[in-house]
Amino acid sequence: MITVNTESFPWEEGLTITRLIKRKRFTFRMLVVKIDGAVVKKPAWPETKIPDGADVQVIHLMSGG
Amino acid sequence: MIRTKVAYDLQAIKAKHELLAEYKYDIKPIDRGYNNRTLHIDVGSRAITEKPVSGEMKRLFTGGKGFGMRLLWDATRPQTKWNDPENEIVFAFGPICGITQYAGTGKTLVVTISPATDIPIDSNVGGYFGPYFKFAGFDALELQGISDREVIIYFDGDKGVIKIFSAPDEEINSHLLAEQLIEMYAKDEQEKKSFCTVSAGEGSDHAYMGCLNFSFYDRRRQLARLKQAGRGGIGSVFRKKKIKAMVIKYTGTTPNNNNVADIETIKAVGAKYHREMYENDDAQCDMRHTGTPHLMEIMCDYDLLPTKNFQFGGDAEQIGKVDSHIWREMFTQGIPDGCWYGCSMACAKVIDNYMLRTGPYKGHVVSVDGPEYETAGASTNMNIYDPHFMAEMNFYCDTYGVDTISFGTTMAFVMECYEAGILNLEITGGYDLSFGRGEESMEMLHQIARGEGFGNLVGKGIRWLKKYFVEHYGADPQFLEDIGMEGKGLECSQYVSKESLAQQGGYFIANKGPQHDEAWLIFMDMVNKQIPTFEDKANALYYFPLWRTWFGLQGLCKLPWNDVEPTNNAETDEPAKVPEHVENYRQLYNAVTGQNISADDIISQSERVFNFQRIFAIRRGYGTREHDRCPYRGMGPVTETEYLSRAERYDKQLVEILGVNPEGKSTAEKMKLLRDYREGQYQKLLDAVYARRGWSRNAVPTVEHLKSIGMDLPELLEVVKANL
Repeated sequence: MITVNTESFPWEEGLTITRLIKRKRFTFRMLVVKIDGAVVKKPAWPETKIPDGADVQVIHLMSGG
Repeated sequence: MIRTKVAYDLQAIKAKHELLAEYKYDIKPIDRGYNNRTLHIDVGSRAITEKPVSGEMKRLFTGGKGFGMRLLWDATRPQTKWNDPENEIVFAFGPICGITQYAGTGKTLVVTISPATDIPIDSNVGGYFGPYFKFAGFDALELQGISDREVIIYFDGDKGVIKIFSAPDEEINSHLLAEQLIEMYAKDEQEKKSFCTVSAGEGSDHAYMGCLNFSFYDRRRQLARLKQAGRGGIGSVFRKKKIKAMVIKYTGTTPNNNNVADIETIKAVGAKYHREMYENDDAQCDMRHTGTPHLMEIMCDYDLLPTKNFQFGGDAEQIGKVDSHIWREMFTQGIPDGCWYGCSMACAKVIDNYMLRTGPYKGHVVSVDGPEYETAGASTNMNIYDPHFMAEMNFYCDTYGVDTISFGTTMAFVMECYEAGILNLEITGGYDLSFGRGEESMEMLHQIARGEGFGNLVGKGIRWLKKYFVEHYGADPQFLEDIGMEGKGLECSQYVSKESLAQQGGYFIANKGPQHDEAWLIFMDMVNKQIPTFEDKANALYYFPLWRTWFGLQGLCKLPWNDVEPTNNAETDEPAKVPEHVENYRQLYNAVTGQNISADDIISQSERVFNFQRIFAIRRGYGTREHDRCPYRGMGPVTETEYLSRAERYDKQLVEILGVNPEGKSTAEKMKLLRDYREGQYQKLLDAVYARRGWSRNAVPTVEHLKSIGMDLPELLEVVKANL
């Protein structure tokens, strides 16, 4: 299990950031991703594997409005 | 297809003009973003006067909306109604307005006593009028009085001459009127870019949701484009004054009309921003190709796109018909669509060669300015997922001078009333106004313009209709209060706020009513979970409304702030604030004015005007806690259908938040539990926000707070002391 934006989310072996974003249906493009407080830049998302128990923040920056 | 050109005998139309007043003024250079004078025109008496701008006026109110609010306060009494001669429309521009080196710097702020809300409304609008009027010599324009005949006010900013003409024969609807006037006054095609117009339309003659159109001449299309000051019925006030149009001529635009203190800094900040736009926009919001409708499928994915009068947050089956890919195809590409010089965001997109299907211009081939996201969302709110309807509604709302947001939200309310059996064919004049009925909705819009039929009632807006439906059709007032998505009398803009308590506050605590330009916190709150406590939400509802207010003080567009972001924004401490852009704006202000303000000073500038606007409403008998009411549709499910459509979510919340086992409970029982909880949360939010803002529990700014922000003016203290 991992935490995504303070809520529990099931972890799976090999879960990458790109895969997580797809599973969460986070389709907004202006995202900041942090794993245990460390920013992971967008080019690294497809390769970055999220460890079990990680605290993940997927911060949607404001747009629109 | 070739755009339809309507032929007129312009000489004959012009020959009917009678000169009613003329005024000459000295042309003086702008001094570091300020003219230090404003202009007042009484269209009733035809008196035209200049007023000096004091140092204190600039220190306390900065410019733009701040000047507008101050001048409107001074011109009106607490009892002044929207249609009284003493009500004013104030157009104001702000010190940064008109620079051409940065994006989004051409905004006009327009304020008046609103026919919809009976309190001051403010609306911002692009186009060239604001910069041209400022370059012509004034920091604001007050229009007061009611004319006894249709007039045009003509400003020659090159020569310093103002004329008021009678104008009996010109068109009223804006797309034709703007073309007529520019053809009439420009000596050749080259000169047309130096003219712009302000006008409303026939819808503004009858509705309380009238808007103003500000034109700018698009040389590539050889077309007068229209941008709107949409909210709160300003167009209705304009037409009540019998003003057909304002026309300004200004040929002297240069890179430094503002005579700024430090042009090199402005150039450098602008160049950096333009590079960022060029490099990042395609991968971020794609504003240059799709404009604000890039949000359509995103809002649907996050359950935020209003559908069926805000009952639902989108329709996955239908969204593909109106998503960003559709708009990218329908909008003409390859033309820079900025609504003022220097805007590299260029998001004022256009559908060219659109053939109208309804109404008085059926068969005409036109260019449609838009739709913006809000207009498209107004359509989905009626459950009309049809891009052609959106284009048609957009075009006619604009040319009639009707606000697309208020029209769509009001029609969505009417459709729900129709489906609930409150309305029927007999009442609507034979029109089936069920959700999804596009043709009938267009007919309502045309009826608004003609001032006839059921549509004429629709144009009065939700607050008026609620009372009317109760009195005439025996509607249940509580149901209408629950589903009528208005606050303070203003129809809500197009985001579903049910799952974001902070956005409920952002909408319904907003000074003018539920418009997203004061606060948009849904992602921070609902998705990111960054502001979980009341204190967090109150802090967000302190900072962001003040930050956004600042754009209105300066004559700036909000979009370049956060619809593109620096590549390293994610690594900053507070990415939601876009710190590099805040620094850009701070540098721009200092470089224009020669001052040296900090980022905190930006908030202080806004806080003075923000509190002034709240007290202005209190002065008029509004502005207190009861007027920050949120209809329950904005908080949660009103109907069983709504609850059941998201039953898993709501049942989960009952368990996890309230500790209630939903099993064995009826839907009605679960809805009651959820409602009691959510309404309680909203009241707690009000307490937290008021405290953070230095207001009493009744939303009145305290004397101590006014002293702390330097706004302990006698006229403000008199109002607050009577209400504390």
